Amino acid sequence: MNLTLKIWRQKNADTKGKMVTYQVSDISNDMSFLEMMDVLNEQLISKGDEPVAFDHDCREGICGSCNLQINGEPHGPDRGVTTCQLHMRKFNDGDTIIIEPFRAKAFPVIKDLVVDRSAFDRIQQAGGYISVNTSGNTQDANSIPVEKENADMSFYAATCIGCGACVAACKNASAMLFTSAKVSQFALLPQGEVEADRRVLQMVEQMDKEGFGNCTNTGACEIECPKGISLENIARMNREYLKASIK
Amino acid sequence: MGNFESNAPKGPLAEKWTKHKNDINLVNPANKRNIDVIVVGTGLAGGSAAATLAELGYNVKTFCYQDSPRRAHSIAAQGGINAAKNYQGDGDSVYRLFYDTIKGGDYRSRESNVYRLAEVSGNIIDQCVAQGVPFAREYGGLLDNRSFGGVLVSRTFYAKGQTGQQLLLGAYSAMNRQINRGKIQPFNRHEMLDIVKVDGKARGIIARNLVTGELERHSAHAVVIASGGYGNVFFLSTNAMGSNVTASWKIHKKGAYFANPCFTQIHPTCIPVSGDHQSKLTLMSESLRNDGRIWVPKKKEDAEAIRAGKKKPTELSEDERDYYLERRYPAFGNLVPRDVASRAAKERCDAGFGVNKTGEAVYLDFSSAIMRYGKEEATTRKINNPSDAKIKELGKEVVEAKYGNLFQMYEKIVDQNPYETPMMIYPAVHYTMGGVWVDYNLQTTIPGCYAIGEANFSDHGANRLGASALMQGLADGYFVLPYTIGDYLSNDIRTGKIPTDSAEFDAAETEVRERLEKLVNTKGTKSVDHFHKILGKIMWNKVGMARNATGLKEAIKEIQELREEFWNEVRVPGSTNEMNAELEKAGRVADFLELGELFAKDALHREESCGGHFREEYQTEEGEALRDDENFMYVAAWEYTGKPADAILHKEDLDYENIQVKTRSYK
Repeated sequence: MNLTLKIWRQKNADTKGKMVTYQVSDISNDMSFLEMMDVLNEQLISKGDEPVAFDHDCREGICGSCNLQINGEPHGPDRGVTTCQLHMRKFNDGDTIIIEPFRAKAFPVIKDLVVDRSAFDRIQQAGGYISVNTSGNTQDANSIPVEKENADMSFYAATCIGCGACVAACKNASAMLFTSAKVSQFALLPQGEVEADRRVLQMVEQMDKEGFGNCTNTGACEIECPKGISLENIARMNREYLKASIK
Repeated sequence: MGNFESNAPKGPLAEKWTKHKNDINLVNPANKRNIDVIVVGTGLAGGSAAATLAELGYNVKTFCYQDSPRRAHSIAAQGGINAAKNYQGDGDSVYRLFYDTIKGGDYRSRESNVYRLAEVSGNIIDQCVAQGVPFAREYGGLLDNRSFGGVLVSRTFYAKGQTGQQLLLGAYSAMNRQINRGKIQPFNRHEMLDIVKVDGKARGIIARNLVTGELERHSAHAVVIASGGYGNVFFLSTNAMGSNVTASWKIHKKGAYFANPCFTQIHPTCIPVSGDHQSKLTLMSESLRNDGRIWVPKKKEDAEAIRAGKKKPTELSEDERDYYLERRYPAFGNLVPRDVASRAAKERCDAGFGVNKTGEAVYLDFSSAIMRYGKEEATTRKINNPSDAKIKELGKEVVEAKYGNLFQMYEKIVDQNPYETPMMIYPAVHYTMGGVWVDYNLQTTIPGCYAIGEANFSDHGANRLGASALMQGLADGYFVLPYTIGDYLSNDIRTGKIPTDSAEFDAAETEVRERLEKLVNTKGTKSVDHFHKILGKIMWNKVGMARNATGLKEAIKEIQELREEFWNEVRVPGSTNEMNAELEKAGRVADFLELGELFAKDALHREESCGGHFREEYQTEEGEALRDDENFMYVAAWEYTGKPADAILHKEDLDYENIQVKTRSYK
């Protein structure tokens, strides 16, 4: 198929960006979206132009690097996939596709479609861990049974890949889904309960500091999340936060 | 030059590690504060090592090319992590894990290292659970296990199909705790482009800030390389796009021996190549072989009809299918080790029984598992006389709970529903057993330079068993390196900060800068990917699943010519002082173009078949690998002397004192 691409180009953080239009042809249905971008970049390089910069790495939907806003939606029109798992069969010959970086104050653009998501790392550093040393002198793994249901819910929360789609989907650019996923993972496990209060207070404080917006329960994040992280996590984080605040 | 001794402690196998830990020197806590350690790579090995070293009190700097340590490719590991816990009571033990690993590696790994790996495996699980890794559990609240290829017990712990992700996020959280304390300084979007040696010792690195393009000097008392494997030398592999050999190759060129480069794992269950546009291959976890049965049509006509789209796999009856692994290897069936399963798939496809358009695919079929689970579930739920449709429905639910994310991934890529029609799979490059040579302490032949995880060669011999990569990465990082590095650093307590304004740093930085400038100033006509793809084709066709002397000699010549063309014809747009993805790729491909040659040279010199290294000249009448223990029971460690063609071979003989070396059989 032949496509028209309108892509955000920006040389670096200090210059102004703009949309630029490109044409690509002979795109096959079996290509992934990023393979289509590879075709464009090869085309640009052969003409002596600079290729479009975008983050990507594993190309199997798990590293969380890729993060394109495609036709106004984080990771594009398909559900439950990252940009790298989106396939061109979701588009039609002659389509115009608009490709932008994830937009949020807390995610400044570095170049073209590459944004700085280090705010997510700092939220995790504020408390997204259990304070045990990695010495191996811990008790046997089976000494504390964990209810399967809780272990499974903890796991589902932990499958967050930190891509930032929740922030990009939110009209407030809120990072509540991301933060609550980590808070929930640990809150649901006996190992994480011990420092649950400190964790939720510190992580929320850092989240606010980074300039993310508030949650107004529109639920857009849950719909756009490639890993299906549930809105219930936000509710759980709010409970945890309240519990910790009134102690 | 550093020492080329295994430094394995003397004494009985089971006591070596404990004794060694008691014998080696320690650094006292106050002195640790004065010692800096650089860790390159933040996957399971690098991330866990950085966290543990920082906990111990060292000042750690981590480097990764990704925008966050959490994105290292360990995250993509799916199936599980082995540990000799024997929770299932099925006869597992440290010795059995050790034995399986040595045998799985076709008797080409070091006994002492492998035993230690098995010994600490149980600790890893304890540690990860304490850290909040949400492993799969049973209804009783205890940890669940599954089985993986090449073994007869269930010792694999897992978190659905995202075990690597959960373990990496565990290590990442341990790192975050130390970053928060200021004990780890993370340098993300940074790439190590050379090591700096002072008085023969590793004393720092030159790194490029990938956002600004600036070259930076970082000094330390020791440098740990944890940058993963080099599977991307094949262009198409299950590795991440950015996975590269650069850090390992740079230290190799500065004196670290490179061991067994030809030992590469071709994983049997990956989604087949669909066309020339393909940028990477996607793995379907080996855990699927617990429940999936692998087959091709018995009759060639059926295979041809399927390829032409005239027949569907579901139309073939049981007796029209050839479950070739179950047929050839009745004892292990679909759970033979990876190298065996891959070769068997290639054999069937080469013989004309392949099933997709290209003829390079076999089926992985879940229909019998779905019915089996469905019946069990119907019994549990007290459903009397369930219809086939009901059984199927219940069975699908069970299969979905086990492998849901993998099935979804398959459907998104291939556009077929694997619950209804069998998956198509084919082998793909996945893991490299070879790597930087290290001694028992995980030190390379450069004093003060260590290599851990997939980057080193140490534990998997000629073939790695499934679910053992995660085990090795975490064992090295959490439990081995933090001890052994102390022995070396104990001599550095009075050294003080290493200055970065020395002649050695000047020279290293100049060398790096000139090379980068050469890449952008060549201004040729062909893109980096153009060269990478050609290299990949040479590697896959002539240095891939089956190799022979003629092909290997051709490959060496072709790679040499390609390398020369690369340096004359490559086109890298943009400049060195900005974010420049093409420049990053160019540097990595330049290194692959050197490594590829050494890889082929190693494969040519090893005149035997073992594990993942299959030389067509050396096989049994039944087509199984024919090992030559008389002449090749050694680790081939190559010393760089100016170009890959001139690399000098050093041999580390392998002694098996505790295991009887046998012909490896899974029949």
